[in-house]
Amino acid sequence: MIPEFGLYCLILAFCFSIAQGVLPIAGSYLHSARWMRIASPLALTTCALLCGSFAALVYSFITDDFSLKYVANNSNTLLPVQYKVSATWGAHEGSLLLWLLVLSFWAALFALRSTKLPTVLRARVLGVLGLVTTGFGAFTLFTSNPFMRNLPFIPPEGSDLNPLLQDFGLIIHPPMLYFGYVGFAIPFAFAIAALLETDAPLRSSVSNEWTRWVRPWVNTAWAFLTIGIALGSWWAYYELGWGGWWFWDPVENASFMPWLAGTALLHSLAASDKRQLFSSWTLLLSIFAFSLSLLGTFLVRSGVLTSVHAFASDPTRGYFILAFLAIVIGCSLTLFAFRAPTTPSTGYRFLSREMFVLLNSCLMAIILAIVCLGTLYPLMADAMQWGKISVGPPYFNSFFIPLMFIVLLLLPVGVQLHWHDRHTFKELFFQWLKKPFVAALFFSPVLLLALSLPFSILALLAAWLGLWVVISTLMDIRHKLRNAHTPWQGLKSLRASYWGMCLAHIGLALSAMGIAFTSLASEQQDIRLAPGESASLAGYHFSFESLSQNNGPNYTAQHANFRVIAPNNESHMMLPEKRTYLASSQVMTEAAIWPGFTRDIYVSMGEALQPEMGATSPWSLRLHIKPAVRWIWLGAILMALGAVLAVLDKRYRHVRLHTSASQEHVSS
Amino acid sequence: MHPIRKQRLLIVLAILIASSVAIGLITFALRENMNLFFTPADITSNKAPMDRTIRLGGFVDKGSVKRDANSLAVQFSIGDGQHSIPVTYTGILPDLFAEEQAAITKGKWDGKIFVATEVLAKHDENYTPPEIRDSMKKMGPKPAAHPQ
Repeated sequence: MIPEFGLYCLILAFCFSIAQGVLPIAGSYLHSARWMRIASPLALTTCALLCGSFAALVYSFITDDFSLKYVANNSNTLLPVQYKVSATWGAHEGSLLLWLLVLSFWAALFALRSTKLPTVLRARVLGVLGLVTTGFGAFTLFTSNPFMRNLPFIPPEGSDLNPLLQDFGLIIHPPMLYFGYVGFAIPFAFAIAALLETDAPLRSSVSNEWTRWVRPWVNTAWAFLTIGIALGSWWAYYELGWGGWWFWDPVENASFMPWLAGTALLHSLAASDKRQLFSSWTLLLSIFAFSLSLLGTFLVRSGVLTSVHAFASDPTRGYFILAFLAIVIGCSLTLFAFRAPTTPSTGYRFLSREMFVLLNSCLMAIILAIVCLGTLYPLMADAMQWGKISVGPPYFNSFFIPLMFIVLLLLPVGVQLHWHDRHTFKELFFQWLKKPFVAALFFSPVLLLALSLPFSILALLAAWLGLWVVISTLMDIRHKLRNAHTPWQGLKSLRASYWGMCLAHIGLALSAMGIAFTSLASEQQDIRLAPGESASLAGYHFSFESLSQNNGPNYTAQHANFRVIAPNNESHMMLPEKRTYLASSQVMTEAAIWPGFTRDIYVSMGEALQPEMGATSPWSLRLHIKPAVRWIWLGAILMALGAVLAVLDKRYRHVRLHTSASQEHVSS
Repeated sequence: MHPIRKQRLLIVLAILIASSVAIGLITFALRENMNLFFTPADITSNKAPMDRTIRLGGFVDKGSVKRDANSLAVQFSIGDGQHSIPVTYTGILPDLFAEEQAAITKGKWDGKIFVATEVLAKHDENYTPPEIRDSMKKMGPKPAAHPQ
């Protein structure tokens, strides 16, 4: 009964979303105020219905309703209840329903918060969101219905959730990622709504003014996406068992590409907002950020990729998303080509913040193109029958690292410059940049010493680069306080968006240093050890004391007792596990991590090399020392916090588009 | 020429040069870093290049996994029911690596033995990497021993 209720809600939501996609847009052209006003109640209803549908699916999971195919394939009576809930989005059908729910949630939030927008614009934005919901609703209903029954043969037991997904990180990683992905639907809908305006002068003024309104939405989506990506990376680090945190796996790239476009959008929106610049480019980026989110969904969900995320590979699903992708990108780019505002940008000098925002966009676009090419090339080669190939991390690294170097090098310069700056480079350097430049030179060896990292040119360069960004940001804050009576008063008077920017830039520098230090100075060893034996790695002493049995609710596990002694004689017990899940008899590695700000110690178990010897068998083991690895995710958290902080800025609180105020009464 | 136009021309030229250099570099890097996939049948019929990193995929032959007594070295063979290629590897095998299961290895073929630097197995029970699935389709019926 409950699943039927869920399906019923889903079907109703689909019907409502069609109405939401058609009526308001039609109304905006036919000047029917009633049709336009219906957009917001429709969006709220769709959201409520999808909540009902999703809740029904969660309920089916919690109550072990194996008459549902989806539940039977992804759950089990032994599964702990928190994983039963997260199993709802653990596979294809449910994750699509979550996608849909998140989309309708954003649309509903928009409907609630946009009462001050001109009716026409608001109706069109909601209409575009309705169209996107319709597309995904059709996809869910017709190709991947999670409420499909398993009648008449109801299995007595489910086949369990993939053990890799039975983990805290995976409970929250997909929702975070989806909030980010789907959040870019708002700027996308805004861009399309602005382009749908038939009256050319009005269109160009809307294209200029929508930016301030849309900035908090972009920031929020970007923050979610940042956290989502960081969670994925953190999960891969401790759950896949091999200590890697980024593999340039196509699925990771699929989430990274919208992030890059989103980063460019975030910055170019600032220029559009403050200086009415790059308005076409900002529109294009909005379209791209969301299209790349769709591309990501296609890559992950169509089964074209070899990955943990590519669940069942059903070709109809792939074709459906591909067709949807083609329609969305095709239509929006065509619309853009015909309707993009042609207002000439006012000139700006090379050494100005405008130019550096442009450089940021260029660099992000280049990185995006490279990542995109590396991700899609194997698919293209396969489709063209050039052979089955894969593109390895060296390709991505050889571009990404130098380009990020340029990004970090230019960042403080761009921050120091003002809009419409009049300085020459010499003035700029001697007034603002010399101090952080020299200070970073001085502190980089100090930083390496403090972290006891080996000295090398690359490590020094990375430390210098990170400190260059951090120190110049801190100096800029101090400079801003120069006229304040007390430092505290000065700090309070700084805008939230400025704090957000500083925090995000420091976060980026931290992540970059973390990536560089772990990559350059990690120590790793695969060894063969029996209980009672010990090994050392980089001054750390690992003794394998014993092997014991440790059973969980739905698995049996062997765990190794490791005593690890650090160079400073600090001692720590580490307990890596090898689990065998009962339902699927799948084997899983649970690494043991001794976390620290300056380094992580990481032990994971391979396999018993002579299983016939039982508890005395030697094991293959992997030991890691990973300096500063935590900085990567800490930096991501700072970046996301920065983006959220900027949303809280007062200037966004009462934003109202004035341009089309005259339109308000066109139709009533 | 008008100074603004001149500046624009310079910018356009710079973008053109930069992007052509970039495209050249990208193509070069892609060619250097891509790994072609081969089946045991391809290698037996000498279709695979020697001494270049390639990927070999198929099913781990039954009874072929042999461990060294003192180190982490391991030998096994990867086959498709008719052909079989011996593989050596030193290190930790993934959790889902098992005889009669699909695996992909990355390494070099020296004419007699495939020296693997990386071994990948399936991510879960029900999943077969598309490359292997396709090559199995081409081969006709799957090896009877394989339960899928």
